[in-house]
Amino acid sequence: MSPAILLLLALGLGLAGWLAARARAWTFRRESADGRIASLPNYHAWYVALWIALPVLAFVGLWSAIAPGLVSQSVLASPAAAELPEFGFQRQTILNEARAVATGAAPAVFNPQAAALVEPYREALSHYNFIGIAVALLIAFLGGTYAFLRLKPDFAARTKVERIVMAILLGASLVAILTTIGILASLVFETVRFFGMVSPIDFLFGTHWGPDPMANPENPDPSRYGAVPLFWGTLFIGAIIAMIVAIPLGLMSAIYLTQYANPKLRSWIKPALEILAGVPTVVYGYFAALTIAPAIRDIALAMGFANPSTESALAAGLVMGVMIIPFVSSMADDSITAVPQAMRDGSLAMGATTSETIRRVLVPAALPGIVAGIMLAISRAIGETMIVVMAASTAANLSANPLDRMTTVTVQIVKMLTGEGSFDHPATLSAFALGFVLFLVTLGLNFIALSVVKRYREAYD
Amino acid sequence: MTERVAPTRTPAFEARLKKRYAAERRFKAIGLTAILFSVVVLVFLLGTMTVNGVGGFQRVELRVPVDFTQAGIAADPSTMEQPGALASLEAQGLRDVVQYFATEELGEEAAEELGSQAWRDVAAAIIADPSILREEVTFTLPASADLASGYEGEGAQDMQALAAQLAERGQIEKNFDSGFLTRSDATNPQQVGIWGALKGSMLTMIITLLLAFPIGVLAALYLEEYAPKNRWTEFIELSINNLAAVPSIIFGLLGLAVFLTLFPNLRSAPIIGGMTLALMTMPVIVISGRNAIKAVPPSIRDGALAVGASPVQVVFHHVLPLALPGILTGTIIGMARALGETAPLLMIGMRAFVATPPDGFTSPATVLPMQIFLWSDEIDRGFVERTSAAIIVLLLFLLVMNGLAIYLRNKFEKTW
Repeated sequence: MSPAILLLLALGLGLAGWLAARARAWTFRRESADGRIASLPNYHAWYVALWIALPVLAFVGLWSAIAPGLVSQSVLASPAAAELPEFGFQRQTILNEARAVATGAAPAVFNPQAAALVEPYREALSHYNFIGIAVALLIAFLGGTYAFLRLKPDFAARTKVERIVMAILLGASLVAILTTIGILASLVFETVRFFGMVSPIDFLFGTHWGPDPMANPENPDPSRYGAVPLFWGTLFIGAIIAMIVAIPLGLMSAIYLTQYANPKLRSWIKPALEILAGVPTVVYGYFAALTIAPAIRDIALAMGFANPSTESALAAGLVMGVMIIPFVSSMADDSITAVPQAMRDGSLAMGATTSETIRRVLVPAALPGIVAGIMLAISRAIGETMIVVMAASTAANLSANPLDRMTTVTVQIVKMLTGEGSFDHPATLSAFALGFVLFLVTLGLNFIALSVVKRYREAYD
Repeated sequence: MTERVAPTRTPAFEARLKKRYAAERRFKAIGLTAILFSVVVLVFLLGTMTVNGVGGFQRVELRVPVDFTQAGIAADPSTMEQPGALASLEAQGLRDVVQYFATEELGEEAAEELGSQAWRDVAAAIIADPSILREEVTFTLPASADLASGYEGEGAQDMQALAAQLAERGQIEKNFDSGFLTRSDATNPQQVGIWGALKGSMLTMIITLLLAFPIGVLAALYLEEYAPKNRWTEFIELSINNLAAVPSIIFGLLGLAVFLTLFPNLRSAPIIGGMTLALMTMPVIVISGRNAIKAVPPSIRDGALAVGASPVQVVFHHVLPLALPGILTGTIIGMARALGETAPLLMIGMRAFVATPPDGFTSPATVLPMQIFLWSDEIDRGFVERTSAAIIVLLLFLLVMNGLAIYLRNKFEKTW
């Protein structure tokens, strides 16, 4: 509630500053001898508005992060909080309930202990809301006054405003770096904590996976944290089965579309492939679990396999392969089209058939781009979550039989983090270690693929 | 005249040529098969969802005539306009009244299979039009999940028998369920709807758009128009390109470790989901935005600079408006991807059971793909149809968004 009010306050004050400064600049203009001032009135207006809104916005961001902490601290300091149970889930529930009532999100309390806390909560909230609004007003006033006093007929408002705009633009592009740093920091931090409990060697080379979230966190059994079966399952489903489906089908689709199809067919098939690429992964997962997996089990039964499971690596891999087809075909399409026409014409002029030209000239010439596309496809397949969560199993299994149950890194991340485990338990933290490995592997694949694509593109430019 | 024979046209050559042409035809056929395979899979996928989903938009209902003249329920129009109307009807025993008339009409056994929330439909009808209290009205009320699956010819034997009996008397039927679009999650497949998830999706998308669009566009402008070519810029570009290819679940881990630590009270709120998805969507917008900006010819910049515009004016008055359609196309595609995304939201706790639609950006919510995922875990046969129906709605949304992107691309496609 309070951040929204502060946000509106910042915008409102900014607007007020904008109007005031514009009026002021117009008077400069009227009073000046030749009706000219150094910058247009609008730039004066923006200068003041930015000086008001930006500091207040920065404060709102900071305040909405720290205010809830301050509120609960002052509630805990109140006498009513002394009767709360010691730390733990129950205590948090009571606090949450009291806050919900105090903010008006819930009509009444169920827990008598929470009832006593409603009043302190209400007081603390209004206290800190008041502080927040007062500080925001003060900041707006200081910024506005500073900016307003600088307005003069010869003040170069445009240059100043443009400098601020440039700073905002730079800031926006830094968000990408901040995100990368955020990902790295959160993964590394939790992974280090995990490796404090389970040795990296056990984790990276152990062959038995079966973390127990209920086990004593102080003394985890390191032999249960061997991630090799997960790496194998991920590789088997994402990089082997899915690619056996996606590479030939994607490549042949791209070849047919670029070399054989007439424009009319192409104009129909391309959007169809785009639809296939746009289907959400949860839908593919549902399709795999509901339709493909039972079909595979029935076929396996009919072929005489004993006890085939409905959660096979094959079902997840096949559907994931279909999901990747449009991706591979569009990457291959790009790199085949980038091969100079002269090479194709030369080959055809020598009397080669179209298919010979494609196999002996176009595909070899486009190979770096195709390989880079395949690497990006693998990176996407091993990071894919919903299909494997819904169609693969949670049983870690080191096997080369596609009809076996197998689990992947992403399935285990979801399993470990959506359970009931606490955040200090190695089972929960192992999800971050798995995420870190996944991040590094996909980063490596993307990095190689992107640099190959870049170098390859330059070759024909 | 001697017949001219090409010296190369020997029988061995002819045989080779035939073989090569055969290989050519084979290759072409393989290519066509590959494409047809994708199309067939797409048709099969959409077909399965549609066949299953048609049932999901319907529900099994029992015909119950309620004679309000005997019921003694009071409801004056002014009370019925107030928020407490439902509670007032409940206090007057509407539930028992409905149950009584159901027993009268259908018999004891069948009346027990009336959905536990069925009386709410009656209440809604009274609230909408209190004058019906003076007459006898026949309602079609939802049956229980057990009876519904009995009607479909599945589930317990006695339910199938009961459903057959009722069907013979014309008291049970499968009707279009308009409530599927306006209700929220529930435990009974007969009672569920997708409005809560849909609203959660919309709120989440609003936050995503508000964050990702300005940041993405401004970053694209900076990188394409102003950034000096140095290692620093290269580093920014590299991290944007890598972020675009980072698995989505990693963004979920980021949201869990950073956003939920900063705002622990906002677990499973649309604002946290939107922030997480915004980080994921932003690189897509930057990349497509840069392509659109790059496509604006330099002569436009030169022209504006020549008449005295500053670099910032050039970009904001000339380049950005011209590049905007292209940027919008990329944004819609990025938003469509975010709309279908489930994995990152799974990480930040948006998988909770939420039976009321969220009333703001900070209240617990679920999103449409997450609803599909949650329902797909249910064993009840009724949920299979509901899941497919929800998938149809999701796919329709995505189709509209992608169609809009294609339309924009075609409409504003310029050749300079």
